[in-house]
Amino acid sequence: MPAGTEAAFSMRGTLLRKNLMTALLLAPATLWLVVFLVLPFIAIAIFSVGERAPEGGYQAALTLAQYANLPARATAFWNTMVLAPVGAFACLLVAYPVAYYLALRAPERWRLILLALVVIPFWTSLLMRTYAWMYVLGGRGIPALLAYVGIEDVRLINTPGAVLLGIVYGYLPLMILPIYVSLERLDRRLLEASADLGATPLSTFFGVTLRLSLPGVMTGFSLVMILLLGEYLIPTLLGGGKVFFIGNALVDLFLQSRNWPFGSAIAITLVLVSVVVLIAANRISARLSGARRVDLI
Amino acid sequence: MRAFVVAVFAFLYLPIALVVLFSFNAGHHASEFTGFSVQWYGKALSNPFLVEALKNSLFIATTSALLAAVAGTAAALGLQRVGARTRAVFDGLLGAAIVVPGVVIGISTLVALVQLFGVVNPFLAELWPGDQPPRLALGYGSIIAAHGLFSMALVAMIVGTRLSSLDRNLVEASSDLYATPLTTFRSIVLPQIMPAVIAGFLLAFTFSFDDFIIAFFVAGAQTTLPIYVFASIRRGVTPEINAVATIVLIASVLLVVLAQWQLRRRKQ
Repeated sequence: MPAGTEAAFSMRGTLLRKNLMTALLLAPATLWLVVFLVLPFIAIAIFSVGERAPEGGYQAALTLAQYANLPARATAFWNTMVLAPVGAFACLLVAYPVAYYLALRAPERWRLILLALVVIPFWTSLLMRTYAWMYVLGGRGIPALLAYVGIEDVRLINTPGAVLLGIVYGYLPLMILPIYVSLERLDRRLLEASADLGATPLSTFFGVTLRLSLPGVMTGFSLVMILLLGEYLIPTLLGGGKVFFIGNALVDLFLQSRNWPFGSAIAITLVLVSVVVLIAANRISARLSGARRVDLI
Repeated sequence: MRAFVVAVFAFLYLPIALVVLFSFNAGHHASEFTGFSVQWYGKALSNPFLVEALKNSLFIATTSALLAAVAGTAAALGLQRVGARTRAVFDGLLGAAIVVPGVVIGISTLVALVQLFGVVNPFLAELWPGDQPPRLALGYGSIIAAHGLFSMALVAMIVGTRLSSLDRNLVEASSDLYATPLTTFRSIVLPQIMPAVIAGFLLAFTFSFDDFIIAFFVAGAQTTLPIYVFASIRRGVTPEINAVATIVLIASVLLVVLAQWQLRRRKQ
């Protein structure tokens, strides 16, 4: 009996030590998440129902006036809500053939190298890459070349088109990757089966390949959409202050006009829109994979 | 289709190649290459503001990536030991840290810190015996912490993926052979996850070194390289910036290639 008690004690000791260890391992991450994610988010939620102090900043209040004022930045919302999905869709149109080629057509030994070449630009500086396009589209780039052959006064930079181009360029790698992954996992026997059953290559593509890669398409689309909702650099550098995004409105409100409560209301709205986009994307993905399961029976 | 793919790769790399090419231009103009010269690199590296910004960025990126690598790895290890519900909460928060747009992370950190300083600084002044009490302010600390949030989540995710594919039999065998938990960790688990930790560190470094938007909000009086570059671009494009862009691009390409290589090391 005493031996058993001892064993029980030592087991409890081990358990305690184990829990302590777990707590220690998770402590730094928890601290970080609470202090730099949860609390700041609560802070802007509180700010968003406050008022702007006369000298700028925040003054305590409980009002929905900031949210009622959202239409004051309607242009920024409009630009973002149009250019984010359009940009993501344009990205998709360019990305799909590339992902398809890499996953199903590229020679085996080239595949990884080509894939690395796709990933590298995504991890290099977006600022530098957007700057590259400022350089190419700006007065000394393509317009200068065009002037050389006699086409004068072409304005490329500081237009919505330039912003769209920058978006496709900046986020293309992020779109290619998930589509590549879903195509690479695709069971090639299904493609053969489809062809054996007399489907044309085109109907095999639409009936089998495209449908089975839709989850990857959704992942890429929603990732790019979400990142675009908070974009600041591309509209600033390639839109030249004419194509305002929500990100531009936020920088203006927090760093220039110091209207923190209004900025907070916009930030909260932005997060809510992002959450809605994510949930919608998840729903659609779930339905797509559900449909796939039914089809296979 | 091959032609289309070739065109897309050209689209991806031509603008970058142009910037690199013209960073070596002897002349001022982007439209004509008037001869090879490294003068702009010399000009860039003798610009004290630029060098200061570069040093700041290197310090911030190294510190925040190190902290993130340690905290992220610890979190990934800890998450293996908790119940499903705790895990789900953590996964949700880590996912949020990655998905929430940088602008929002930047402003919410700014707002929360300024508010916190407003409370802490007068309190410190009260307690401080001397004349000049320390004042908490935006700067290195806030940038490091704000970058570390995303990076730590990234490391936790990369290392977590690696841990879930780790062969449990090895760990069990090790403890069956009377190795202490610490020995097992040091000789079995750590070597297996090390490539993922290093890859996480390198990606965290790259992220912090390249980030503009978060730093823009929480930098206070400090300048990082992207902030400096952004400000000079707005003043007007100069070949000097091409030289800086080239250095930054080459450095981040090297780091990303290194990270990818570390991630793939598992198979050997």
